[in-house]
Amino acid sequence: MSHHPVQPNWPARIGIAFAALAALVFAITLAVAIGEMRIPLGTAFQALGNGLFDLGYPVSAIQQGVIFDYRLSRALLAGLCGGALALSGAILQALLRNPLAEPYILGISAGASTGAVAVMILGFGGAVLTVSGGAFLGSVAALLIVALLAAGAGGASDRVILAGVAGSQLFNAATATIVTTLASAEQARGVMFWLLGNFGGVRWPDVFVATPVALAGFAICMLHAKALDAFAFGADAAASLGVAVTRVRIILFAVTAVMTATMVSIVGTIGFVGLVIPHAARFLVGPGHARLLPVCLVIGAIFMILADILSRILVPQQILPIGVVTALVGAPAFAIILYRARRPA
Amino acid sequence: MTLSARDVSWGTSGRMIVGGVTLEAAPGKILGLIGPNGSGKSSLLRLLCRLRNVSSGVVELDGRDIGQVSRRELARRLAFVEQQATTEIQLCVCDVVRLGRTPHRGALASWSAADEQAVDAALTRVGMSERHDQLWHTLSGGERQRVHIARALAQTPSELILDEPTNHLDIQHQLSILTLVRRLGVTCIVALHDLNLAALFCDEIALLHEGRLVASGTPETVLTEETIQRVFGVAVRIGATASGRRHIEYLVDPDCYGEAAP
Repeated sequence: MSHHPVQPNWPARIGIAFAALAALVFAITLAVAIGEMRIPLGTAFQALGNGLFDLGYPVSAIQQGVIFDYRLSRALLAGLCGGALALSGAILQALLRNPLAEPYILGISAGASTGAVAVMILGFGGAVLTVSGGAFLGSVAALLIVALLAAGAGGASDRVILAGVAGSQLFNAATATIVTTLASAEQARGVMFWLLGNFGGVRWPDVFVATPVALAGFAICMLHAKALDAFAFGADAAASLGVAVTRVRIILFAVTAVMTATMVSIVGTIGFVGLVIPHAARFLVGPGHARLLPVCLVIGAIFMILADILSRILVPQQILPIGVVTALVGAPAFAIILYRARRPA
Repeated sequence: MTLSARDVSWGTSGRMIVGGVTLEAAPGKILGLIGPNGSGKSSLLRLLCRLRNVSSGVVELDGRDIGQVSRRELARRLAFVEQQATTEIQLCVCDVVRLGRTPHRGALASWSAADEQAVDAALTRVGMSERHDQLWHTLSGGERQRVHIARALAQTPSELILDEPTNHLDIQHQLSILTLVRRLGVTCIVALHDLNLAALFCDEIALLHEGRLVASGTPETVLTEETIQRVFGVAVRIGATASGRRHIEYLVDPDCYGEAAP
């Protein structure tokens, strides 16, 4: 909101939207072109043309598969995941009026890991439930427990955060208990990798699930942008400005929960994105949510795609867990934001 | 155009906070709400603007039960200024005042010339036009309260509810905020701590004690030595100011000044 002309300046808006889209496409192009197997950029574009529009360029089946089925789906999912987590962070920071709120504060990731571990190691759910399905159920269960706990404690913002911390600890303890007592060394290693996030197994069906979730979530959040602004001075202030506080809270908590649970169930836990990106975006465009939310979506997407590229090239012959990369980049970035945003005494 | 409460009660965790209060705000006048700490002033104000729902009784705006009015419609008529509301978000003065336009704008509506006009007019009325772009957290307490009032005015309300707007302000700002409120010409219900300020600035006063209304009417009828002794437990002598308003002098034990006192 601040320091910007209030009247909509359409040419500037369209220009910025176009630039953002171009940056996103550029990041995806990079992600598709860079990798263990060296593939010329021209071939990469031909493979994309074949995959998207069936153009019939002569590209070897292996290269076609690597570019289209492996790298492109992976880049798109990284973008969706980064955008959705950043968006969820911005929403939770506004609703809970706490700059440290982020998607995992509600215990979602802890619940997801317990659910995944229960399926992977305990064989919970038999052949019906996949690891992703278990993670999704686990995160929803954690969210419900945290919501009940918070409601029982009066429902104030700080209580929600405390309930989230308590819920997370509980589920992390359950996960650790299952892993240390029952998992083989190989299973434990697999769980670790999953707990720190992993885009390795991503294929097109995952993209087809994540896309509608992220885009619908974004649309619902945008419809509530003005209501989120009204939370600046608290829930009572928002209510006195005509916001249906309870309804908005339920809708937006549900949206962030579904977005986060979906992403966690596909790629595991990826920290820092939901926390850092909203702050960076606020630094760029101010606190008004009509601008902040789309900017979060785009920056989150670009950040995650670039982080994924880094995770693949930082250590030769190895892929770092994506959560390690986001934390390595995110923690110093966060320190800089805190430092620059400090208030004059 | 009036806001009224009829036999309104509210409680929480089995404890009665507001019990059977009936009052009415006269159009264009200032109704002061006074009472000791914990007498239910803030709770009653929250019931009047439906931030809490009454347990029994009814709050009416122009004869309509506000429980039946949508929150958004209510916010276009009725504005509320909280005690000491602040934010950690980096907002400037105009951002805060723009929030007052929230109930007038649809989910996808862009900012209109009418919105901008309402914001400018509100800032002018509270004398903060020049501070348009100043950051919220650089404002003094009195300035913040002015900006909150401007935000409330940007809602273009016909009724304004203020919860102890002078709390924690120095005397100069207490007087200037209440002078400002008097000049708005809007129906106001204002909770006040200071009995002399209530006597100076209110047209009518309602006195709450343990959640119940114990007296209401003009300052002359409500602010009596017996009533203040009974409700606040302090001895006072009632005099008059030069302008003919009530003045409350607090009588303290003369011994506390020691031997040297006159």
